[in-house]
This record gives sequence, C-alpha cells and structure tokens, in this order.
Amino acid sequence: MRTLKFLLQKEFKQIFRNKSLLPLLFVVPIMQLLILPLAADYEVKNINITIVDHDHSSYSHKLISKITASGYFKLENYVTAFNEAFDDIEKDRSDLILEIPQGFERNLIREDASARQTDGQQLYIAINAINGVKANLGGTYLNRILADYNADVRMEWMQMPKFNRFPTIGIASSSWFNPTMNYRFYMVPGILALLVTMIGAYMCALNIVKEKEVGTIEQINVTPIKKYQFILGKLIPFWIIGIVVFSMGLFGIGWLVYGIVPLGNLFLLYAYLAVYLIAVLGLGLLISTYAETQQQAMSIAFFFMMVFILMSGLFTPIDSMPKWAYVMTQFSPITYFIEVMRMIVLKGSGFADIKIHFLIMIGFAAILNGWAIYNYKKTS
Amino acid sequence: MDTVIHTTKLTKRFGSFIAANEITFDVYRGEIFGFLGANGAGKTTAMRMLCGLSKPSSGTAAIAGFDIYKQTEEIKKNIGYMSQKFSLYEDLTVLENIRFFGGIYGLSDKQLKEKSEQLIATLGMKNETKKMVGALPLGWKQKLSFSVAILHEPKIVFLDEPTGGVDPVTRRQFWDLIYEAADNGITVFVTTHYMDEAEYCNRISMMVDGEIKALNTPAKLKQQYSATSMDEVFYELARGAKRSE
Repeated sequence: MRTLKFLLQKEFKQIFRNKSLLPLLFVVPIMQLLILPLAADYEVKNINITIVDHDHSSYSHKLISKITASGYFKLENYVTAFNEAFDDIEKDRSDLILEIPQGFERNLIREDASARQTDGQQLYIAINAINGVKANLGGTYLNRILADYNADVRMEWMQMPKFNRFPTIGIASSSWFNPTMNYRFYMVPGILALLVTMIGAYMCALNIVKEKEVGTIEQINVTPIKKYQFILGKLIPFWIIGIVVFSMGLFGIGWLVYGIVPLGNLFLLYAYLAVYLIAVLGLGLLISTYAETQQQAMSIAFFFMMVFILMSGLFTPIDSMPKWAYVMTQFSPITYFIEVMRMIVLKGSGFADIKIHFLIMIGFAAILNGWAIYNYKKTS
Repeated sequence: MDTVIHTTKLTKRFGSFIAANEITFDVYRGEIFGFLGANGAGKTTAMRMLCGLSKPSSGTAAIAGFDIYKQTEEIKKNIGYMSQKFSLYEDLTVLENIRFFGGIYGLSDKQLKEKSEQLIATLGMKNETKKMVGALPLGWKQKLSFSVAILHEPKIVFLDEPTGGVDPVTRRQFWDLIYEAADNGITVFVTTHYMDEAEYCNRISMMVDGEIKALNTPAKLKQQYSATSMDEVFYELARGAKRSE
C-alpha cells in the first residue's frame, strides 16, 4: 500500500508537470466537444440549386419560392437554358439542377382531366454526385418538396366534393428520445465516449513506454516493486483523469452548453464508465508491452483508434453496415460505450437494459488487462 | 570472509550468440570489485543477470545468499543498481527522487527525512533540493544517482560505467563516495573503462569474449603480466578478443 502511495504521488506529479500533456488532457477534449458536434452534423443544409425555368409562370415561381423557403436550398442561379445550368455543375457552383418545362402552368391548370392524366408534368432533376451525401439528400428533399407542391396544387383544383379525392396515406412521424431531431444530442455523448477512450489508451500507453525509452523502467525493475503495484500505479492516475475529463464533458459542455440533461441514472452511467476505463486502460497497457518507443506506441494506438472510431457507429450507423462489418464492430469496446451513453443519457435506460453491455465490457477489461499483465515482464 | 556474490558457470545465450560463457567467481563483503572488459565483452549482460533483470540460460548464482532463479524479489531488496543510462526521474526534483526511491524500498517517513537530509549534506546540494533533476550537471546527477542507489543500505551495489562522460574532479569525488560506501560494509561491483579507476579496486576481473580471463588484485595482475600499469594488462588481455562492437 505504501509503495503504491509513492508510485501514485510520483505519477501525479509527473503528469501535472508535463506541459505538453496537460493541455492535451484537459483543454483539447473541451475544444473538440465544442467544435465537433457543431460540425459533425448529418443534416445537409445550403444545397446549391440552379433552376432552369422555361415557363416563367406564376406556378413556376410559386414552386421556386417553395423550394427556397424550405431552408435547405440556396438558389444559386436562375437561368433559361439547360446548358447554362450545366455549366454551374461543371464548375461545382451547384449541386442540383431543376428544370421546369415550358407549358408547366398551362398543362397544370388545364381542366381536361383526361389530358392531364396522359401527359402529366415532367420535371427534370440533375444531381451533381461528387459529394454523394449532399447530392442524395438534396435529391430526396427536393422530391419531397415537389410531392408536397403537387398535393397543394391538387387540393386547389379538385375541391368539388363530388369527385372522389384520391385516397392518400399521410405519415405523421415523431422522434422519440430526441424530439427535435437535434443531431448534437446524438453526437455529444458519442464524441465524449470517444475522447475518454483516446485519453485512456493513448496516455496510458505513452506514459509507460516513455519510462522504457528513458530507461527509468530498468531502475524500477531492480527495486522490490511488484508487477501489480507498478501497473496499478500507472492505471489509477489515468482512470481518475478519465473520470474527471468525462465529468467535465458531460456537465460542463453537454449540460451547460448543449443543454443535454442525462435522463438515466448517473450512478449507473459512472459505474459503466469505471468498467469501460479499466478496459481501455488495459488496451493502453497492452500496447505499451509491445512497443519499445513512444513512436511505436503512437502508431499502434493510432491504428486501433482509427478502426475503433470508424466502426463505433458514431459517424455511420452500425445497422446499415454489411454483416461482416457488423460483426467487427462488436469487437470494438467503443461501440458498446457509445450505445450505453446514448441509452442512458438520451433514453434513460436502466440497469436491466444494459446488463449485456456490462457483461461484455467486463469481459473486455478482463481479457485486455490479463493479456497485458501476462505480457509485462520485469526480466528479459 | 563473507561471500556476497557466488556464481558457478553462469551463462547467457541469445540464440547462438553466447554473451556470457560459464563465468565463475566470488565477491566478498565490503569489497570493491572491478568488472573490466572491452565493449561487447559481456559485462553488462553478466551484471544484468546478477541484478535479476535478465534470466541466465544456465549455471547458478547466489546474490547476498539468495538464489538467482527463485528468489529474485529477495535479491532486489538487497541490492542497489545504477545503470549506464541515467535513471532518476528528470521531471522530479532532487528531494522528490530521493523520497520516491527511498519510499519504494520501504523506508519509513522518519528514515526518509533523516536519510535525505544526510544525503543532501554529503553531496553539498542544499540549494538544489527543489531543482528538477534534469537541470543538474551530469556529474551531480551521477553522484545523486549513486547516493540514491545505496539509500536503502543494500548489501551490494552494482554500478554500470558510473563515471562515463564525467570530468576528472567529479570522478575523484565519485570514488570518494564509493570508498565511503565500502567502508560502511556495502559491497561495490563496478564496471569501468578507466584504467586509473581499475587501480582503485580491491580486486579486478577481466572479461574477454564472454569469459573471465583473469581475476586478481591490481598489483598481482600487473606482476602476472609483467606490466607497469593496468593499461598494459588490459591491452595484453584484450588483444586476443575476437569480437567487438
């Protein structure tokens, strides 16, 4: 116990004296939490649209104002020939072209129903697919606006009750647990989980490898310090720092800045965090047993982080991954923590809901730490 | 005389390379034992085995009466070690380093206080106690490093080229510290490349190509090889070496 006390004292002194590490531990996570959720947004706005209007009628104008009023589109250009519009796409000024044919209004208001049925109005949409996400979403939005417009026009012209109205299925959707579909609610807990992981794995690995590099670990190895004491001396400081950073992010940024109030039991959340940190620190420890220099440790940690982050379900929904990729995500501890974060913070899930997550994380912690301890040798 | 290090045919192989080949020797209590040899002769390897940092491939050894295979943790309580690489924490102050290493060897708070005061007085570092160790000149670092290595009053202290890169005056002071430790009953096991330092040792062993080729007092060795200085003895023995770095 006394030995551990000396080890912890030493470790904390060194961490708080390290002028390059300290900002990395406390300032950078805050900055990232402030910036990333605002930038990493699935919603696409500011889609540039060029409209080719061959009709110049009040209906075509109505349609255009409906599009621009939606908030998603920015009218980049309003031209009369398709070639001019295509020029916009070629020069990357526009993401979409909407072509309104000549006689749009005339055909719409023609009362001859049979004629309307035979030659319905054709609008032409061209999409610039260089930025796939933007173009696809833009196309979808535009389709919905047009459908809406279509319905408006019908309502206007088919008021007579004796005509049977076309039966339509209306969809009223409501978003549970994130009623305003605010992406920040979705992103902040996820990013927070990611940051805690980075701190755990990176810092812990680098710290131990630094002792190897400088040679102080050899001095430690000739002392009667036990293996478990040394390892605990390394894990406990970063475990505590991980919890502190998490709390700063959850309350300082999540609550105060983004107004995300955790719905679930905080004790449960912290219990999960405690286990999760042990698992992640185990990963850091494991990396440190394989790496000889800080550079090696960085490279190995970076590789795992990349895979974990991209497969964690933070940026891409896991459900839409192919089967093999889905299986891979199950081997990334971050996946579970992000899920649990979202469940507890946004949904208010209780222990019964995350029991499996708990068990899996305990498994991760046991395997990673066991492996690392087995691999850590005082002698060569 | 008490034997504090006893080895029999201690061997370390790295693959087909034999770094230390069947080395057999005894070191007695309170002795200053010089461990000489050219670069790559296997000194550091042998020393690392004796400290429990490296497992021997074969042979036996007892350090302070403890078996080198089974009682490494006991050995570690009874030895001090100062490696070639400077190995105090550069981002801790002088006092913090002393407290840390004293603490993990199990010294009580009272002992820690007394010992560190005494140590700082001996080294004349009163004004430097709050300085980061990294900011000290090399000579001071080495003296501090040695003092920390014997803080817990080990039976044996292992010094791996402790005076490399240090000026002559500091080296002289360093050897004063070594004599003082030996007078207090601490056995000193030291490797060096300085032949004047070899003269300071009670007994010397010469390693060539992983084997101990000679072991005696400096005076007897000079006599044996009809040399006037240790330099000549060294040349005589090391000339036959087949491997070098």
